[in-house]
Amino acid sequence: MGDDHTRPTVWRWATLALVGCAIAARAVAPATPGTRTVAVAAAADLQFAMAELVAQFHARYPDIAVTATYGSSGNLYAQLSQGAPFDLFFSADAEFPARLAADGLTVPNSEVVYGIGRLVLWVPRGSPLDVQRFGMTVLTQPAARRIAIANPTHAPYGRAAEAALRAFGVYARVRAKLVFGEHIAQAAQFVQAGAADIGILALSLAMAPPMREAGAYWEIPATAYPSMQQAGVILRSARDREAAQQFRDFVSGATGQAVLARYGFTQSTE
Amino acid sequence: MDWEALALSVRLSLWTTGVLLVVGLPVAYWLVFARWRWKFLVEAVVALPLVLPPTVLGFYLLLAFSPRGLLGAGYVDLTGRTLAFSFEGLVIASVLYSLPFAVQPFAAAFASIDRTFLEASWSLGASRGATFVRVILPLARRGILTGMVLAFAHTLGEFGVVLMVGGNLPGVTRTVSIAIYDQVQALNYDAALRTSLLLLAVSFLVLAVTYGLQRRVTAAWPLR
Repeated sequence: MGDDHTRPTVWRWATLALVGCAIAARAVAPATPGTRTVAVAAAADLQFAMAELVAQFHARYPDIAVTATYGSSGNLYAQLSQGAPFDLFFSADAEFPARLAADGLTVPNSEVVYGIGRLVLWVPRGSPLDVQRFGMTVLTQPAARRIAIANPTHAPYGRAAEAALRAFGVYARVRAKLVFGEHIAQAAQFVQAGAADIGILALSLAMAPPMREAGAYWEIPATAYPSMQQAGVILRSARDREAAQQFRDFVSGATGQAVLARYGFTQSTE
Repeated sequence: MDWEALALSVRLSLWTTGVLLVVGLPVAYWLVFARWRWKFLVEAVVALPLVLPPTVLGFYLLLAFSPRGLLGAGYVDLTGRTLAFSFEGLVIASVLYSLPFAVQPFAAAFASIDRTFLEASWSLGASRGATFVRVILPLARRGILTGMVLAFAHTLGEFGVVLMVGGNLPGVTRTVSIAIYDQVQALNYDAALRTSLLLLAVSFLVLAVTYGLQRRVTAAWPLR
């Protein structure tokens, strides 16, 4: 190992590999000049719906390329308030966009409510927990050893989940069983991987193809938690403000709302 | 300031370092002294956590720790508790994640020992075990200390794996790096800055004291 005469060969291979990577990177880079782009920062509950929204938007406006990045709304807010290079922000609540507006970082009056989030209890296929039969009280059964929710300190879905647990009067009994995902998609991942037995998740995730087949859900009555109005906003730093506005209007328009409805977002009341 | 999280991180680092001492020394010894043509494969496996992103390791562990997974099911049978989202789970994760940081300095120290000392010991009738304890360990003590410090420090600063398998439970799996991340996300920047500063100070202190005690400067990352 490491004999001197083998060194040059190793270096030659390493150089070759690097050059290969560089060529590959150039080949996949979509940088055709003149293409308009919109960079979207979206809440984790949107990740499946957003992929379809982007695809449908692209079919109608082929000259605008939309890229989406997902995270917890709180984390995205923190990044945006430090000047992260996104043009459009779709939060899982209305509070973070309002804060950005108050910080003067958004295009004035560009906020739009694009949907209302809903909560479900979700169990993987084959779980001994019957969510449809027992509803919220299923959480107090011994087979529910670990309950995954999003982190209530910064994820809107986590806050709503906690409110729902309190509304059903089970919070004190299940508190020690709770585990916290960084955002709602990680909470979903905990349950899907089997590490947690049941989760309080977003309906939009439960209705998305990868999870729809993999488990069963029960919708938590919307009266059990504060309404989760979800808002989007255009950032002041948007490079192509017009394209950003077009995508925002598409999402809040008829086609976008139909897609969102299929992913379990109630239509906005406006 | 989140003292509970800092205490948890220190406890996790101590456990991890202890386990790595017990597990890492034999592994390093085997890597240096065994003669086996496929040994390089084991070397590659030991070094994997250096290359793999914590998300990959964390994701595998999450699946393995689940009561449906191999490790998780065995643990539930043994203890009646789940391995995912537990302190023990974090110790296992940290041991794997910090394995190369302990084993490589150990192995480098073993490899640098003059072989004539070992042959002298063996020819004077000392068993391999006795030679290990009375000749190799004392001669390799600097490298062993370096490995322990690196394992401790690496675990103290661990984030990605804990985020993937921890579940953020206060006093159980909410380590100081997770607590800082939460504070940042909750826009609690003052608290985040204070906790970060505390972690910085503790980390610096640990490293400074260790290297100060070693006096003669040894490379933190000895090359073979």
